[in-house]
Amino acid sequence: MSRRQLIVLAVVLALACALPFLVSNYRTFQFTLVLVYAIALLGLNILTGYNGQISLGHGAFYAIGAYCTAILMDKFGVPYWATLPVAGAVCLVAGFLFGLPALRLEGLYLALATFALGVSLPQLLKNHHVEKWTGGVQGIVISKPDAPFGLPLSPDQWLYFFSLAVAILMFALARNLLRGRIGRAMVAIRDHHIAAETMGVDTAMVKSLSFGVSAMYTGVAGALGAIAVQFVAPDSFNIFLSIVFLVGIVVGGLASITGAIYGALFIQFVPNIADELSKAAPWAIFGVFLILFVYLMPAGVAGALRMALARWQAKRQND
Amino acid sequence: MKRFFVPAAVLVSLALASPAALAQKKYDPGASDKEIKVGHINPYSGPASAYGTIGKAIGAYFRKVNDEGGVNGRKIVFITYDDGYSPPKTVEMARKLVEQDEVLLVFQPLGTPPNSAIHKYMNAKKVPQLFVATGATKWNDPKNYPWTMGWQPNYQTEGSIYAQHILKTKPNAKIGVLYQNDDYGKDYLKGFKDGLGAKAGMIVKEVSYEVADPTVDSQIVQLQASGADTFFNITTPKFAAQAIRKAYDIGWKPVHYLNNVSASVGTVLTPAGLDKSVGLISTQYLKDPTDKAWANDAAVLAWTAFMKKYYPEGSLIAGENFYGWNVAQTMVQVLKQAGDNLTRENVMKQAASLKDFVLPGALPGIKLNTSPTDFAPFESVQLIRFDGKEWVRFGEVMGK
Amino acid sequence: MEAFLHQVLAGLATGGIYASLALALVMIYQATHLVNFAQGEMAMFSTYIAWSLIDAGLPYWAAFALTVVIAFVLGVVIERVVIRPVENAPVLAVVVVFIALLVILNSVTGWIYTYTIKTFPSPFPEQPLFGIKYMSSHEMGAIGVTLAVLLLLYAFFRFTPLGLAMRAAAQNPESSRLVGIRVGWMLALGWGLAAAVGSVAGMMVAPIVYLDPNMMGGILLYAFAAALVGGVDNPGGAVFGGFLVGVLENVLGAFVIGNELKLAVALVLIIGVLVVRPSGFFGKVYVTRV
Repeated sequence: MSRRQLIVLAVVLALACALPFLVSNYRTFQFTLVLVYAIALLGLNILTGYNGQISLGHGAFYAIGAYCTAILMDKFGVPYWATLPVAGAVCLVAGFLFGLPALRLEGLYLALATFALGVSLPQLLKNHHVEKWTGGVQGIVISKPDAPFGLPLSPDQWLYFFSLAVAILMFALARNLLRGRIGRAMVAIRDHHIAAETMGVDTAMVKSLSFGVSAMYTGVAGALGAIAVQFVAPDSFNIFLSIVFLVGIVVGGLASITGAIYGALFIQFVPNIADELSKAAPWAIFGVFLILFVYLMPAGVAGALRMALARWQAKRQND
Repeated sequence: MKRFFVPAAVLVSLALASPAALAQKKYDPGASDKEIKVGHINPYSGPASAYGTIGKAIGAYFRKVNDEGGVNGRKIVFITYDDGYSPPKTVEMARKLVEQDEVLLVFQPLGTPPNSAIHKYMNAKKVPQLFVATGATKWNDPKNYPWTMGWQPNYQTEGSIYAQHILKTKPNAKIGVLYQNDDYGKDYLKGFKDGLGAKAGMIVKEVSYEVADPTVDSQIVQLQASGADTFFNITTPKFAAQAIRKAYDIGWKPVHYLNNVSASVGTVLTPAGLDKSVGLISTQYLKDPTDKAWANDAAVLAWTAFMKKYYPEGSLIAGENFYGWNVAQTMVQVLKQAGDNLTRENVMKQAASLKDFVLPGALPGIKLNTSPTDFAPFESVQLIRFDGKEWVRFGEVMGK
Repeated sequence: MEAFLHQVLAGLATGGIYASLALALVMIYQATHLVNFAQGEMAMFSTYIAWSLIDAGLPYWAAFALTVVIAFVLGVVIERVVIRPVENAPVLAVVVVFIALLVILNSVTGWIYTYTIKTFPSPFPEQPLFGIKYMSSHEMGAIGVTLAVLLLLYAFFRFTPLGLAMRAAAQNPESSRLVGIRVGWMLALGWGLAAAVGSVAGMMVAPIVYLDPNMMGGILLYAFAAALVGGVDNPGGAVFGGFLVGVLENVLGAFVIGNELKLAVALVLIIGVLVVRPSGFFGKVYVTRV
């Protein structure tokens, strides 16, 4: 990292820490959701942005993570923080296993397979064989944790800091992963998988692993989301969630770590703006926003910022 | 003319509420001398956007009330948000209403999953979650959730009424059930089975469908093949119309019970074909404005005039708009009763003390009653049968 | 056995629905190598236009023809105005534009026409054909129309210079440009054609499922599956895929696993097929060159 990047990072982190003391509990809750979505989008970006495998069904992994947490907390009394690693591990395995048959599928076919996953999972959750665990159509209500050690924080503030800590950890891990050997292999497969194979990359392994890691990220996000919202039900995870995730990484910026944050801000706040603008057809407004973003920033917000920065630097050197 | 439809019961209950009106003015957040902030959440976008029109009809009714001077001199400020029928978004919007907009109460959030998601929060915050738009049974639980109240008759009661009717009129029936695979469908089915009690074995076939299914043709064929001679049809309007038509077309002629959700002449039976709907049995608690039987009814005429003036782009055959008009009047009634004591506690107290309140849109003989131990305003329904032209009421008003 | 036959016939009827939309998906894929997620909503919107025309007093077939023309123009306009600016953007950005189109069309239709279901007339007689009561005459007629559209498309792409030019433009834009084909317009024509085929699908589907803004939501998924299982670059395969999905779904739902999981299981089977035959039953197998 350059010195300037470190400074920017420090400022952003300081702002993120100050935020819950500057805004209301309700806003803090919204920003907690932004953090949750950012982790989920980072997961999807690992798969789609870096490894080139499209997924229209990541809402399914988000749901699995959320249900892991809800069931563990509700049925077994496990403390909330202890459920996150479990949710992550379960999704890692689920993603890896799903990634194995998906190896043979590319492009559209993979899109269909993942789409099918996203559509079927809510139905599976309702199935009477698992109903006693998942609560069936009624879902599961869980409690929001209070701040520990007598910290003078509201539950919303505490959950925000907890999510922030998880998010920082996940982002740092992702950065290391993507900059390392595996990350380069993932990008090589995306750009030219046959060439990557001839260079000695175990494409099957790396692709399945990407699926697993990606699912793990999204699963952890789902777990955090469940704790923040205090409720899970099949209707919370319909196919639109998966589609919104895809929208998020494209708007934020494909193959960009910070893009996940911009994307999360977009999917959290833009629907609210659309709702404010029109009750008659809020989706139409949302759609127009989407088209505008793609027109103005085809490489996503992250891409546009990168370009603006490069232009600025070039200009400064010329002056 | 406009005032004409407010029945005598309103005046009576106003008189009953007068001690509150005389008392000192008391306010909680969201209420003042000038205005009352009412929050509302509805799916204007997303898979359930067909119901978004309820929110618009409610908003239109409150505009009408404000034009006529408001409630006890206070204007209703109606703040409504879109949750897209997604429970996490409902939580966010409920919190926005309570913590940022500081509404006095949250009125008519729609759907069982969205309401379940905010159930605990609203009760912890002690903010009324009033007249929720779902027929689940759990909203009538004043002991554990004293801040939440339903409105419409619950699905389970209605299901058990059909069961009792079958037991009485056709004790050897072989029953086939079609239900939507979600909370709504399963609630109806549970009530129906509870109603059959020990004779639940009469159900020879249960089939479900998903909202995303294009048609229920395959399910109807399955039910016919099961040899069922009685059909309980738990479907939403589009699927109900498909089911009625398909059953007729393949020559399956069971005794056909249709849930109230789809008992609309205009949006279900007409598309299905009136000739194909002859003999359908259902229940009602509100008049059906698309039914010829009520074409000249004062309440339906008043509603039509209201729609034309305040919500002209709204559909005159959509039952949702009639529903919204009625539920909004219930809300206004409660606020009127609360008088100048506009605390959240008093709002709940007034909501829990509706005495034989008659909504103009309700069927004759059906009144709203609540008490501190009974949080279910509508508890009675009327059995009806379709004669090819209109719904004909038969038997007594059932339920409590 | 009778119940089984009945389910198969009902499955063919719904399969016909999937097939007709799958055909539109394949059209646009042939022209642009993209799957248009807004295809279903475009078809739904065109059907509302047809409904308005009939409501205004036009006879059925006049409204039908006019709708096909309007849909064609609409398709061309959407390509020129909405899709053209993102021509060179990453594929996923284009997918997001499709999603945007989907939500816009859905929302605007609901706003204009409300969400109350509407009946849409059928051009076919009310009485069942040949005394078969398992399939309505409209369902049979709709299957006939889908097959007719398929034949027309086949002939168009096979025998007309324009059809050949469109195929060339999709397969190899650079070379096509060199031989004087206006590739940009070919893409726009592809969109127009797909929209026209979609409008026919919409008008055939609406009498069966009723017309409402969410009419195509569930169907799109099945049509997508049908197109892929048959081979996304093969119109005949797509139609075959549609019937296969329809029958499979019914038979599985009724006799094997119950209705609750029929969608999930049908999709798993399709994915199974794709894992074994990654280009679908009738798709061309492409060999990538390093």
